[in-house]
Amino acid sequence: MPDLKTRINTALRDERLRGAVRYTADNLRTKRNAILADLNEQAAQGMAIGTFDDLRKQARRIKEHTLKHLDYYLEQAADQIRQSGGTVHWAADSADVVRITEEIIERRQAKKVIKSKSMASEEVALNHALEAKGIEVVESDLGEYIIQLAHETPAHIVIPAIHKTRQQIADMFGEVAGRQLTTDTPTLTRFARETLRQKFMAADIGISGANFLVAETGTICLVTNEGNGRLTTSVPPVHIAIVGMDKLVPTLEDLAVLLGLLPRSATGQKITTYFNMITGPRRPGEPDGPEELHVIFLDNGRTNLLGSKYEEALMCIRCGACLNVCPVYRNIGGHAYGSIYPGPIGSVISPLLTDFGEWTDLPQATSLCGACHEACPMGIHLHEHLVRLRMDAVEKGKADPGFTRLMKLWMTAWRNPTVYRMAAKIGRLGMRPFVKKRPDGTEVAERLPGPFAAWTNTRNVPPIAKRTFHERWAELEKEAQR
Amino acid sequence: MQGLKVSLFITCLADHFYPEVGEAVVHLLRRCGCEVDFPPNQTCCGQPAWNTGLEDEAKAYARAYIETFENSEYVVMPSGSCAGHVRYFYPQMFKDDREMYRRACAVADKTYEFSQFMVNVLKVKDVGARFPASVVFHNNCHMQRELGVKEEPLELLRHVKDLVLVENPRYDLCCGFGGAFSVKMPEISTAMADERLGIYVGTQADMIVSCDGGCLMHMGGRAERQGLPVKTIHLATLLWEGVKNSGL
Repeated sequence: MPDLKTRINTALRDERLRGAVRYTADNLRTKRNAILADLNEQAAQGMAIGTFDDLRKQARRIKEHTLKHLDYYLEQAADQIRQSGGTVHWAADSADVVRITEEIIERRQAKKVIKSKSMASEEVALNHALEAKGIEVVESDLGEYIIQLAHETPAHIVIPAIHKTRQQIADMFGEVAGRQLTTDTPTLTRFARETLRQKFMAADIGISGANFLVAETGTICLVTNEGNGRLTTSVPPVHIAIVGMDKLVPTLEDLAVLLGLLPRSATGQKITTYFNMITGPRRPGEPDGPEELHVIFLDNGRTNLLGSKYEEALMCIRCGACLNVCPVYRNIGGHAYGSIYPGPIGSVISPLLTDFGEWTDLPQATSLCGACHEACPMGIHLHEHLVRLRMDAVEKGKADPGFTRLMKLWMTAWRNPTVYRMAAKIGRLGMRPFVKKRPDGTEVAERLPGPFAAWTNTRNVPPIAKRTFHERWAELEKEAQR
Repeated sequence: MQGLKVSLFITCLADHFYPEVGEAVVHLLRRCGCEVDFPPNQTCCGQPAWNTGLEDEAKAYARAYIETFENSEYVVMPSGSCAGHVRYFYPQMFKDDREMYRRACAVADKTYEFSQFMVNVLKVKDVGARFPASVVFHNNCHMQRELGVKEEPLELLRHVKDLVLVENPRYDLCCGFGGAFSVKMPEISTAMADERLGIYVGTQADMIVSCDGGCLMHMGGRAERQGLPVKTIHLATLLWEGVKNSGL
């Protein structure tokens, strides 16, 4: 994979990608703002369980409690899943998930797998591993299906094909269909439906993720808009759910709070078209549902964060709201980040998850504006974690050495007031040869040497003032005495 | 509100590049009856160190600021970002050191961004300025999010005679400055400025007003380079020019 800078520059040159990402991100942001205003208004009239802020506070309390007692709730969930006839597996890392899944596939002599959208499965690169074993894996979420056809990874946590235009999608579908397709939504969705319906019927195994897992009942919860989650988990004879350990919610009552936040924050919906609650496989006498249900609890570094300064990151409900408001994400899209978790939350969790690459440079790709924290339904202090990750990088010697040394030198010297004042004089003199006088008498520097060129390559800079404020103060003081 | 004693923290950026902003702040504060002093040992708030991951260096700056200003009645600065850093992060830096934490909180509590101080402490909304121009206000990220200051600068602008305040269609969107980010990731930083400036040019405002030298330098420098028909100005400069315009 090319380095971060190269990936960013490639994305910045792709106007079509940037246009598509901005269009959808703005759309999602606008819808979210509207639905939250609606919620707040309803709450004011006593018609909702709370305002956005109320829900956010409650949700934080629920997650704080859950994370504090995660061992208890994991066991409770596992017991409940077993009692309702499911099988529980524990995966420490990606390799475990792949191994467990392959064992099930082998035992069932399975050839075809259908998947509903699951970031956990992307995290462990499951498709890749299964395909290498000759298994057919088909993504059934429309967005995931699109990127699978394009041989790409998701560019957004919720909207995997956010970077694709309608025309690109019609072209890709047309290639599979063997005829030209129009770009209207009914045509495209009809094609996907017809193609995928056969895949559902033929699949030996359905693999899903989970948006939540309720510990007191062992219930897997899936929030979807397309119905593919329901088919994936009920048509094939085996259902495997890959569940990050951070997905646990203690009770159904707690679920109501988090469910009030997820669709609103993700897509600006009060509730999604489909909401599935799956408790156990098919029971005797039931007409449908899988014969086997497997829940794979995935750690992959999550439990390392418990009790650490980054614990809060485990509260994330993967709504993608931070991506939709991020001024960096909207300009470069998801793939430039490299990690399958892009945007602010991706830049925080990617370096923290184990077995997942280093990603220590991702926290540099942010202006630390804090829009992510403001939008986060869990109130995760994303921009602060990004700074802490930069501190960790410096401490571990993983930060850009030249830049860090320069900053350290400058910051250490500048702390001394005498040096600080002296530096202004030296800087002024040093800048002199590069300063141009304009017709209106003002001055500007358009090209500076060395590290300063990083600024002046694209931006003008005013010269250091002929007299700094420090140098002007004596006069101002006298003025007051007059 | 006469006779308040105010210490000015000029901020390194205004000190070097926009000293007239500091002069405007001093004049406006004095006009409102404040007595202004300027502790000469001040340098920078240390945010560049903090944001580049240099925790120890950032703490050294915080300590110096606390020592310099803890005997002041009020500290006022022409930057929402630096004020946000002092108010929000200084206490956090010392949460394991009870005594320093107390001192950091005490100094944070009396630190104000200029417009915040004018409107919330001095209760001044009309400084008596006249400024015939159409302007749009750029909300600095840390000012609106860490400091929670959004309405104060708008209040001051709404009371300026002959000034047309155009609504900012995307008050939430960062200009891409981000301190060291602007030189470490200049490509995204510039792309962000271009998007931000495009929106402002679209409002047809003559000027972008902000309470932060960083945003002004970034957007102003890019607008100049691209020859865009929009200028940048600090709120304090605008107000003081406006006061002078109206004949004092």
